Amino acid sequence: MSVVLERHSVEAADWIPLLLSIKADGGRLCALWGSDAPRSVHTLLAVHDRLLWFDLPVNATQYPDVSTVFPAAARMQRAIRDLFGLHAGDDERPWLIHGDAPYPFVQVEGEGVHEIPVGPVHAGIIEPGHFRFSVVGERVLRLEQRLGYVHKGIEKRFESMTLAEGAKLAGRVSGDSTVAFAWAYAMALEQAAGAQLPRRALWLRALALERERIANHLGDLGYLGNDGGLAFGLAQFSRLKEDLLRVNERLFGHRYLMDRIVPGGVTIDIDASGSENLLLEANRLEQEVLALRAIYYDHPGLQDRCINCGRLAPRLAVELGVVGLAARASGIAIDARVFPALAPYDELEPQMCAHRNGDVASRIVVRFEEIFESLRLQRRILSSLPSGEAKIELPEPVEGAFGVGWVEGWRGEVFVALEAGAGSRVRRCHPHDPSWQNWPALEHAVLGNIVPDFPLINKSFNLSYSGADL
Amino acid sequence: MEKILRRIARVGVVSEPPPRPNPALRELSQRLDAVILERLGRALAIRHVDAGSCNGCELEIHALANPYYNLEGLGIKFVASPRHADLLLVTGPVTRNMEQALRRTYDAMPAPKLVVAVGDCGCTGGIFGESCASLGRVANVLPVDVAVPGCPPRPIALLQAILTAVTADRRSSPA
Repeated sequence: MSVVLERHSVEAADWIPLLLSIKADGGRLCALWGSDAPRSVHTLLAVHDRLLWFDLPVNATQYPDVSTVFPAAARMQRAIRDLFGLHAGDDERPWLIHGDAPYPFVQVEGEGVHEIPVGPVHAGIIEPGHFRFSVVGERVLRLEQRLGYVHKGIEKRFESMTLAEGAKLAGRVSGDSTVAFAWAYAMALEQAAGAQLPRRALWLRALALERERIANHLGDLGYLGNDGGLAFGLAQFSRLKEDLLRVNERLFGHRYLMDRIVPGGVTIDIDASGSENLLLEANRLEQEVLALRAIYYDHPGLQDRCINCGRLAPRLAVELGVVGLAARASGIAIDARVFPALAPYDELEPQMCAHRNGDVASRIVVRFEEIFESLRLQRRILSSLPSGEAKIELPEPVEGAFGVGWVEGWRGEVFVALEAGAGSRVRRCHPHDPSWQNWPALEHAVLGNIVPDFPLINKSFNLSYSGADL
Repeated sequence: MEKILRRIARVGVVSEPPPRPNPALRELSQRLDAVILERLGRALAIRHVDAGSCNGCELEIHALANPYYNLEGLGIKFVASPRHADLLLVTGPVTRNMEQALRRTYDAMPAPKLVVAVGDCGCTGGIFGESCASLGRVANVLPVDVAVPGCPPRPIALLQAILTAVTADRRSSPA
């Protein structure tokens, strides 16, 4: 099946009652973004297997506060205010446009309370962001994030591009999720153009997406071992990841599969010998990861660091609207590959991997399980890859045509909402990374833990800065 | 512990020696060692700053530390403080929000300091270009010694760029 999407315009007076009724019906907030000409706010909600896209024209500068219904909207609203001057809610502090004024962090007061500022330039090789810890001794009383440092105007950039050019930019919203974003963009454009893709193209996209998942999980498992004091894990997993990247480059021409998914299909294909290569690689990788998993699970030092550390309780995860891997590690059954199982996943029958504890250890378990499941899916794709075309010519979407892409990337669900303008140009495009929803959860997960555990907890979520700073 | 040792023994050393059949590559590793010995006492320290990258370049910088490229084995290491760094490795177009942090990092480094701009974005501003939010290429903000293109550049290209930075004559730069 493909995305089932409805789009409606709403009045400000109906906005909140509508959102409340959707929430009562089990709906979730997927994305919230703004646009000018005409100035409006848009929201994407998932209700069961359907997506609802609402447009709210804003005549004044104020619109009703979505975060009263869906807390995850708070930062999205601050971003909209910085970009379009449309206000909602009472947090008037800047988010994406920093300016020169000092940022008023929330102050925690009391005997012995002090602050630890970290960033935007961190000690390691990671993206920039600021973390403000309020601590007593070693214990974290509050963590406040300030992001937006890598805001580079991606949404506006899309508007200077043709629909075809936009695909390349979509693949660079968050480099580690390039396959997921490129697929979501292509899916949105194909929906706008009313095109049906050949099955082979879809299956090859799934192959690329699962390989992206495996690569990222391998990298994360290495760093999680390292941050837990087991440098051996980093050496081993980073070796396995490099092996996989090299196979990607040899067979598909790019280590991270950038620009391999394009509107209309894929630029990659695989023959019998390539397929055999991948199967051999998968068998070897599975054996190695099994052996390393046994070591991780048996290692008292690592387990001591991970169990009960950085716990995100299931109830809180639901309230915050957490998605993706972090949600699955906190007992939430959410995986777009399983439900709504958009093509080709309806044929591939993926198994969801989940855990209930919501701690660092659970997020490690989910990663291990997902690697094995992705390897199984890869075998299945290779053993029954449909014949036919891997790419078709897309008809030109008419002005005003729109579409949405919905892809379960390795971190969580990625959305792209796309609207075509005249002359095959992008009128508006909002790429949405799951990190928007998950960053606030990290602020909660770290509470009560000690400062030295923060790198481990942070890594266990491994959220994107670029993806949410846009 | 036994399992760990077994695994280490079984995997062995996978670090890639300068491949002899390929003169270009061998030259790279040899020159690297010689240069570091000569100029930096075998201890080139690098500080990395993501000034607006999509995180793609970071993946390849991380890969430099894996056992195949074994960066530390060559005497090169990433350091946490700019005050310990000889070389600044900058990724991304420089966003307006990162300009100050990037300049401060550079200012905090002791002279002589080298700058390597990484990736298509670092070299030219890349697909993000210059806009109200982005200042474009790294050279628009700092003097750049070496720029390595690629989206992202492969680890071996990064290594080559780092090497070039410590061998090339530094062009005259504004103090």
